[in-house]
Amino acid sequence: MSSTLYKNYLLQSEPNKFSLDNLKDGEMIVNMGPQHPSTHGVLRLEVVTDGEIVTDVAPHIGYLHRCFEKHAEHMAYNQTIPYVDRMDYLAAMNSEHVWCMGVEKLLGTTNQIPKRVEYIRVLVTELNRIASHFVAIGTYGIDIGAFTPFLWMLRDREHIQRLLEWVSGARMLYNYIWVGGLYYDLPIGFEKRCQEFIDYLQPKLDEIDTVLLENKIFIDRTANVGILPMDVAINYGCSGPMLRGSGLKYDLRRVDGYSVYPELEFDIPTGTGLVGSVGDCWDRNYVRALECRESVKIIQQCLDRLQGDYKRTPDFDPQAACPKKLRTTGTQELYFRAETPRGELGYFFRTTDRSDVPFRCKGRSPCFSNLSVLHEIAKGCMVADLIAIVGSVDIVLGELDR
Amino acid sequence: MEAKTGEGGVVITKLDDLLNWARLTSLFPMGFGLACCAIEMMGAYASGYDMDRFGIIPRASPRQSDVMIVAGTVTFKMADRIRRLYEQMPEPRYVISMGSCSNCGGPYWEHGYHVVKGVDRIIPVDVYVPGCPPRPEALIGGFLQLQEIIRKETIRAPRAVQEIMAKRAQQGQPVADADKAPAAIHHS
Repeated sequence: MSSTLYKNYLLQSEPNKFSLDNLKDGEMIVNMGPQHPSTHGVLRLEVVTDGEIVTDVAPHIGYLHRCFEKHAEHMAYNQTIPYVDRMDYLAAMNSEHVWCMGVEKLLGTTNQIPKRVEYIRVLVTELNRIASHFVAIGTYGIDIGAFTPFLWMLRDREHIQRLLEWVSGARMLYNYIWVGGLYYDLPIGFEKRCQEFIDYLQPKLDEIDTVLLENKIFIDRTANVGILPMDVAINYGCSGPMLRGSGLKYDLRRVDGYSVYPELEFDIPTGTGLVGSVGDCWDRNYVRALECRESVKIIQQCLDRLQGDYKRTPDFDPQAACPKKLRTTGTQELYFRAETPRGELGYFFRTTDRSDVPFRCKGRSPCFSNLSVLHEIAKGCMVADLIAIVGSVDIVLGELDR
Repeated sequence: MEAKTGEGGVVITKLDDLLNWARLTSLFPMGFGLACCAIEMMGAYASGYDMDRFGIIPRASPRQSDVMIVAGTVTFKMADRIRRLYEQMPEPRYVISMGSCSNCGGPYWEHGYHVVKGVDRIIPVDVYVPGCPPRPEALIGGFLQLQEIIRKETIRAPRAVQEIMAKRAQQGQPVADADKAPAAIHHS
């Protein structure tokens, strides 16, 4: 392609960060995405390459901007829940949970939620966390070149989706957790079926380790690639497996201790540099795999308590604490955050008067902060490693662009 | 089949049927997801629903694919790209609009200032799959519907010619007899 043609080609697409005039000798701009199988959605990366080496990279976002904040400011708090689902579509239950806890705190009804409701919420949330991590690890396998783990993990994810469909009626976007309660109690027999699933899942988690994480090719592709030092991760506001992969033991489920997490026993896995150095792509994925095991532990405890102390009773109404008229009073400002599979998801509310609609609502997306660190860790790597790095960040574009 | 034709037997068929059979049993969709529906699309490709058994295998490039599944919300920023990807696909090409968002804007109809209210405002759509998101079964149903559409096609009047003729007929210009399409092709 001649130089002017190339220039025109760049100009007719969306605006670029890097200019052709500032390129050094031998460098060129390569456009990756938004239609690219390994960008996990519609992310566009503008990559300056010198041969096969990436000298600079700039992510372009906004291809999936679906006006979440506008919707939140025009609809009642409980009407926004389906839109919250569609933000982080891999972990809809987690997003709902954060939103509902935030609104409950705004209304001051946090303490009125029945314990059984809280345990059911945590149960479905952790189930969804496993499903989300399965997609993350499975599609990461595809990015690296391993197709089998994807098929295996989506097979197991299908079981979770069927369980959650039984609970809520939807496969992916549930609208199950309501402000002040739940849409419906667990179906009869759910505890038994869920227990069977947990027993089925344990050996499958070992299978992941054998087939993917301990695979020689996988280790060669990911170990010592995209090393994220802990101080850089903290400075950029990374959270979730991205931050824990760098070695910091920081989990909002422990730090904030919201819902019933203080009553549950679980560990916070961190990256230790088992096969490479701390904070590389392998560590981030290993943390995800370990978190699945921790989630299984939490689900087991929730199941025990739902069958023990907080047993199903005929007169139990999961919607009992749902406010009939959802009105906030006075001028309030509140930021509520919680841990989703991708990290710290937070919502900021500002209310001005007695109204069921927030005056201002902002979502703090973990993916946005996690992706912003990309140019720090991708500089100087090979183009193939860039795919490995973007995959290990585990972005969900719906949440990133909101 | 063996009993009917014997060893080295002959099957007599119409060229149309042969071409359509070849086309409809090896639909290669473009591996391209936009939003939530893409996850259900992935689920449909994966082991649970296994679309490979219909000959549906995702391809990475638009130049190798026959079908475009618009799986998810189409935003204004993405609309230009979708149009460009569609134009890169070789004829005959088909479009499946998956999910409420790409059918009509879906839940983002009212306040979505950055959402295209239906992908059919940008590219022609053959099959609409409703749902938010549609189940993998629904997507497979959409593909079966598309196969029925392809089954009725004929090479005497390919779709591109048909569209030009329809436009000419609309403007009151004469339409050549040889290019007149049989009524069965129209698939809306």
